[in-house]
Parts: sequence; structure tokens; C-alpha cells
Amino acid sequence: MADIRLASVAKHFDGVPALHPLTAHIHDGEFVALLGPSGCGKSTLLRLLAGFEAPSQGSLMIGDTEVANAQSGQAVPPEARNIGFVFQSYALWPHMTVRRNVSYPLEVRGLGKAERIAQTDAALQATGLEKFADRMPSDLSGGQRQRIALARCLVSDPQAVLLDEPLANLDVALRASMQDVFSDFHKRTGATMVYVTHDQAEAMAMADRIAVMFEGRIVQLDTPETLYAQPRSTFVAGFVGEGTVLPINGIERQDNITRARLYGERIAIRTDADHPNQICIRPENINITETGDLRSIVQRSTYLGGRYRLTLQLPNGALLKAESPERYADGRQLGLSIQMPWAFTEA
Amino acid sequence: MIAQKTAKGSRSEDRLLSFVLLIAITVTLTPVLRLFLEGVTAQDRFSLSLMRDVLGQDSTHRALWHSLTTAGLGTLVSVLIGSTFAFLVALTDLRAKAALVFCLMIPMMIPPQITALSWTQIMGPSSVLLKTIGMAPPLGAPQPLYSPAGIILLLGVQHSSIVFLTLRAGLRAIPQEVIEAARISGAKGLRVWWQIIVPLCLPSLAAGIAITFVTALGNFGIPAMLGIPAGYVTLPTLIYQKLAGLGTSVLAEVAVLAMLIGFVAICGILLQRFFQSQQRVHLVGSSSRPLAIALGRARLPIEALLWMIVAVILLLPMLGLLATSLVPAYGVPLRFDTVTLSSWYETLFRQPATSRAFFNSFSLAIGTAVVLIVICLPLAWLMERNPTRLGRLFDALVDLPYALPGVVLAIAMILLLINLPFTDATLYGTIWIIFLAYLARFLTVMFRPIQASIRQLDPAMNEAAQSVGASLWQRLRTIILPLSAPSAAAGTILVFLTAFNELTVSALLWSSGTETLGVMIFNLDDSGETVMASALAMTIVLVVMALMAAIQLSARNLPKGVVPWQT
Repeated sequence: MADIRLASVAKHFDGVPALHPLTAHIHDGEFVALLGPSGCGKSTLLRLLAGFEAPSQGSLMIGDTEVANAQSGQAVPPEARNIGFVFQSYALWPHMTVRRNVSYPLEVRGLGKAERIAQTDAALQATGLEKFADRMPSDLSGGQRQRIALARCLVSDPQAVLLDEPLANLDVALRASMQDVFSDFHKRTGATMVYVTHDQAEAMAMADRIAVMFEGRIVQLDTPETLYAQPRSTFVAGFVGEGTVLPINGIERQDNITRARLYGERIAIRTDADHPNQICIRPENINITETGDLRSIVQRSTYLGGRYRLTLQLPNGALLKAESPERYADGRQLGLSIQMPWAFTEA
Repeated sequence: MIAQKTAKGSRSEDRLLSFVLLIAITVTLTPVLRLFLEGVTAQDRFSLSLMRDVLGQDSTHRALWHSLTTAGLGTLVSVLIGSTFAFLVALTDLRAKAALVFCLMIPMMIPPQITALSWTQIMGPSSVLLKTIGMAPPLGAPQPLYSPAGIILLLGVQHSSIVFLTLRAGLRAIPQEVIEAARISGAKGLRVWWQIIVPLCLPSLAAGIAITFVTALGNFGIPAMLGIPAGYVTLPTLIYQKLAGLGTSVLAEVAVLAMLIGFVAICGILLQRFFQSQQRVHLVGSSSRPLAIALGRARLPIEALLWMIVAVILLLPMLGLLATSLVPAYGVPLRFDTVTLSSWYETLFRQPATSRAFFNSFSLAIGTAVVLIVICLPLAWLMERNPTRLGRLFDALVDLPYALPGVVLAIAMILLLINLPFTDATLYGTIWIIFLAYLARFLTVMFRPIQASIRQLDPAMNEAAQSVGASLWQRLRTIILPLSAPSAAAGTILVFLTAFNELTVSALLWSSGTETLGVMIFNLDDSGETVMASALAMTIVLVVMALMAAIQLSARNLPKGVVPWQT
């Protein structure tokens, strides 16, 4: 296993930037998710790590080896990087049995037969595929095919495992159980994993850290908890956990408590910025009280099971998402108090 | 009210479908059926004695053996050239692929008798080109192409694009991820090719080999131009010689020979369909991005090699042809004082036979294209809308008259039309028999592109027109025709191109006054007028290349699968 270092890595396609220069360090044994809407550059970044694309700028290290350097033009081809890659389409070889699919990386490396069989069996066992070993991939279901792909990438003990939206082709129920498979696999092997997804729940559930990407940039790289509690931009606040972002002004600091003015009302905020100008309001930051200072009108309430999600409109037209155990009729006036929202600076 | 109208609409569609299908089946499949009947009857009774006689003759055995060896080894040459190009073009980062593919396709579109004529112009003692550069062998030296080896080489060159096209289509169906997965597993270069790519494209390669063999087997132009002077007879040339020498009295005998070659061809076609169906359904995956494995430092030498092959199989023979067409008499070297356009002038404007051939081929090609578009457009659309069992059967058999060797169809046509039922009239010897044969043979050339484009149409377009009350004819005219017009136009050009160049069918069906261009070149060369034959051939090559370029330029506006060399 190894860590991955990106030093101002950028990628252009025919002069059009797909990735702006980015620098990051993925630690040894870490599970990092690349999260973002489609077209944000997350797959491009993954293909750069794998070596299917070469960076237009910057350099890339896996472990102690520099695998790509745009300046010197030096690049280790994908077949020499010792990396596992799980494709969205599984990319199994339809003309080989499950066993041969899994053992192929060992065959290529010229391992002895006994060793090959032992390692292949171990990989098949780890993914629960022993009894399908002699079937063809086309006979198996989507979830089983995904396990073959996983077994194939772990059999050669790779330095890092890259996963490109591996669950996108599976149904919802299977997706949840495969998430557990990936998490268990990560815990057991301690492999460095980079996981591309556009589904924030998937990223939150599995990753140690999440790199949120937008328009070819990593806009924030943090643990799931930090991302949720302390977003640093309107995009992250809105993309992760449905936060509402509202402008604030009039910052005052007193006895370790920072206060700001939200539409004229004074509220206490959390922040680490000197001059925050935006707050991110999550449902749990909102208390519905008859006496609340902030007036709002119920626009819609949606039953989520056990609770309702309310869409509330403030007098100036801004919309807030709140949660409540009871239903409120549309058009009803509610008073709100905002509890310690996170504030950040947006240029 | 509305429900009534829809029901009526679909009834009128049913009626039209049956009607058009009936015409199409009559045109394409009855000749083949008629041929089969002739082979197994004698004096209107079931008998196999004639068949036994003909199949027992030594000349039959020899011709069959010659056909099988030339077609078999010719296919091998095609596989060598075609698969080399297919692998390199489909998998690597070669530059100028489109130009390379276009040049490789030209030999397929140039009629075989012209291929043969042009190659003989760059070899042998009387080659104008060799004389001009002073490299001609001494007089009396044999023409090396008048031999089995010459036939094999040219069959191989002529059909290498068939292997290329089927194999490339198979390679394109391989998802890119499957190859990336092999690389990330540590496999590189030739290992990926051998262990992943080759097994996956094997069925399409096998299908390509089978259909190339069938096409080579039915080729008449090359063994006729090269084999007849050498006394080397294949089945198609044997049929031609018998019919040309003895007339319709040997019709029953050549019918058996035609059935023999038809039988071998059908085995090949079935083999091809089997392999095509074996093409594995790939596990999910996109093949949208074309592969471009970096060749690195080897790229330039490989590109040079491929272009050199193209130059040898395309440019050199064309130069030979051009040189021959520019001298005053065959055997004269080409110099500044000998160069003349007199043979061009003679061929194009003076000779009544060639002008007649131009007129015949032109009207046959146009007529065939127009009639086929009228049949195919409603047929393709209706078959797509209401799939019936008859329609599916037709779909499976429509390729037969085109895939079967031309001599088979020609003999079948003679049998069918020599005595029109209930009359004393005959169509044999008129231009109409050639016309009907062309309709049968080229129906699929028009039908497939139109079918491809109609399959990609959203059915809602027609339903929307139906919902606002457009009748069947209104919908055909205002919705279906404009939407499939680009493919129909491409199909028209293709039919025109193939019909304009056709030799095999017309070689057996022509008579004085109904010669086609293909026959004309063959006859001119046969009677020693090689210079005029070259001028005529050169004209045709220029027409072919212009039409191909026209299709190529409009390719961007055509649906996928319409331009045959852009699968």
C-alpha cells in the first residue's frame, strides 16, 4: 500500500481545461471519495491516477515512485503502476471464466501455478465467489459481476485501488449491500482507495475523507463530518446535505461568542473566519417556535416517515428547509429561531 | 371516430405491406427457386440424372477445384491485408485514418475486370509503364498474372476491404474498459492483443472470412481476364464459356453448374451467419470512445508501411492503366512525343459500341435505382412497423441474390424469362432481362441503408402525424420520406455505382445492342484493343471515385451504418 501525492496536476483536452491545477495528499490506507456532479472532472482525475491519461501539467507520485511528470514527459504506463481499478461497467472479459478473470493479473505477472491458485482462491473467498469460480461472467448478476471486478483488482495486492462509480449500474437494495462489501474490504486490507461517485450518501457512508469537486477543482477536501458541519462554500453547503445559504452582516465578537445579523435579527454563529459573510442553515439549526423572531410561511410539507420536511419562505422570498415531527398546513405562519449555524466567507 | 380511423390506417398499411412484399419476393427470390427446379427435373419430371452426369464430368471437377483453391488462397491474402489494416486502424493512434480507410475501400468499388486489366498493365512484356521506365521483360516473356497465382493475388486485393470492414466492426464493439482492465492488471502490448482482443473479435473475423470466400468464389471478372488466356478455368468462367460457345442448348447443364457453385456459396453464407450470431454480447460497457493505443516510435514506420501497401495495390495499377490509355498503340512506350488522348476520344465519342454501352449502363443504373427506391422505402418502413413472419423471412433472404455468385443469378434469370408463361415472347436477349436481374441483385444494396435509417427513427414521429389525421400516403410523403431521404440518397448512389460497373450478370445476359460497360471493357481487351479498354476503364474509375467522394462528403449527415465503409 502507498500514499498518493498530486502536485499542481492539471489536465487539458485540446486546450479546454478539464482539471485546474490541484495539489492533494491521499494518505496510505485512506479511503477518499471524489464527489461531484457529472462533468466536474472526477473521472478525469481518477484516469490520471490510473495512467490512462497523462497530466498536462504537474506531477503525480504513488508511494515513492513518481509515476507521471508533465514537465519531463516521464510517465509510468498503467500496466506498470500496480494499481487496482474497478470500472463502472465492470469490464470483465466475456471470454474467460470467473476464475480466469480474477487470476489474470497474476498470470500476467508470471506467478507460479500453486501460488496463483492460492491467491485466486483467497480473493474469490474474500468476495464470496467460490461457488461461481467456473461460471462465465455473463451467467452472473450485476452484484456478482461487481464482486468479480473487485476480486480481480485485489488479487495482485495493488498499491492503491481506484473505483469509478462502481455502484452506478446496480439497483438501490444491491447498492447498500455492496457499500458494506467495499467498506469491509477496506477495513480488512487497509488499502488506499480512491472512489468516484456523484452520490453524496454513498461518499458519506464509506469515505474517510471526501474531495468535493466542481468545475475541475477540488473545492473542499475534508472528513464527512467536517464537510457537513463546516462547509466552506455555497456549492459544498448546497451539494452536501441540502443546506440553505443566506447572507449575513454586522459581525460582533463578545466573550467567545460571535454574533451576526440575519435579515435584521441577531443570531449566534459558529465560524473560524475573520469576516464571514454567509451562513449555512441545516434543518437541525432551525427551531420552530411561536415566539421566533424570524417569520416564515409554510410553502409545502413533505412526509419523510416519522417526520416532515418543511419548505419555508422568509418575508424576502428566500427558501429554507426545516424538519418537524408534525404537519403544518400550507400557508401557515411560523416563527423560527436559528441555532448556531456555520458561517463562512464566500468571495 | 378516431379509433375507427386508426384501425383503417393500419389495415391499409397491412395491405400495402403485403403488396410490396409480394413484388419484392417475386423480383428477388423466384429466379433462385426456378433455378433449383431446373436442376432436379428432366422433361418436366423429377430426375437427378442430368445432375449426376454434369457433376461426374472431369471439367466440372477441375473447375470446382480451381474455384476452391483460388477463392480459398485469395481469401487468405485478403485476411492478411484486411486484418492488418483493421487491427492497426481500430486499435492504435495512427494519423489520417479516414484517408487510409477511404483509399483501402477503392479497390472494392472498382469493378474486378478493371482491377485485372490495370494489374496486367504493370507487369508483363507489353506493359506501357514498364517500357516507359525501361524495365519491361523481353518480348515473349510470359505475363506473370496469367496464372493461378495472379488470380489469387488479385482476388485477395479486391476483397481485402470486406475482411477489413467486418473485423473493424467487431473491434469497435469491444468496450474500451475491457482493454483498460487488462492493462491495469499489468498486461501490455501484444499480450493484450493476443489474450483479450483476438478472442473477442474472432467471430467477426470468421464471419468476414466466410463472406470473403463466397464473394471470391463468385468473382467472374478476375478469373475471366487472367484465367481464360492461361487456360485456367473456374466454375463461373466454365459456365460463361459453355453458354457463350453453345448457346441456350446447354442451359440445363449450366443450371447444374450454377447450382453447384450456389451450393458452395450458401454453405459459406450459413457459416458467416453462424459466426455473426456468435459475436458475444458484451457485458455492459460503452464503446463510444475509439481506442488509440500509442504506437510510440513505431508509429511513423508503420504509417509509411501502410501507405506503401495502399500505393502498391491502388496507385501503381492505376498509373499502369493511365499510361496504357495515353499511348497511340499497345506496346508503344509513353514519351512526350507519343502521349495522346486519341484512344480516350475514340472510346468516348467515336465508337458506337462504347457509346451504346455508356447509354445502356447509365439507363440500367438509373432505372434500377429509381425502381428500387420506390419498392424499398415503403417496404422498409412497413416491415419495421408491423413485423410479420413473412417479413422476417424476407429479411433473412433478401441478401441472397446479392451474396450468391452473379452467374447463379444470371442463369436463374435466363431460365425464368426465356419463355414468358402463356406466351411465345422471350425477354432473353433484350435489355429487360438485365434490368430485372439488376433489380433482384441490388435490392438489398438499397434496402439495408434505408432500413438502418428507419430503425433509428422515433416511432412517435409517425404516430404524431397519425394522431393529427394524416393518411398513410401523406405520412409516407411528408414524414418518412424526408426523414430517410439522406440514406435513400446514399443507397441510390451505391446502387448506381454497383450497377454501373456490373459485369458478371450482364456478361451472361448481354447480346448485340445491349452491352454494358463491364462487358465492353471485357470485350475490348479480349479482342486486343487494350489501349481503348484502358481508356474506358480509366473513365469508369474516375466516375467511381467521384461518386465515392460524394458519399464520403455527405457521410456526416447520414445515419450510422448507411455508408458501407463507415460502419
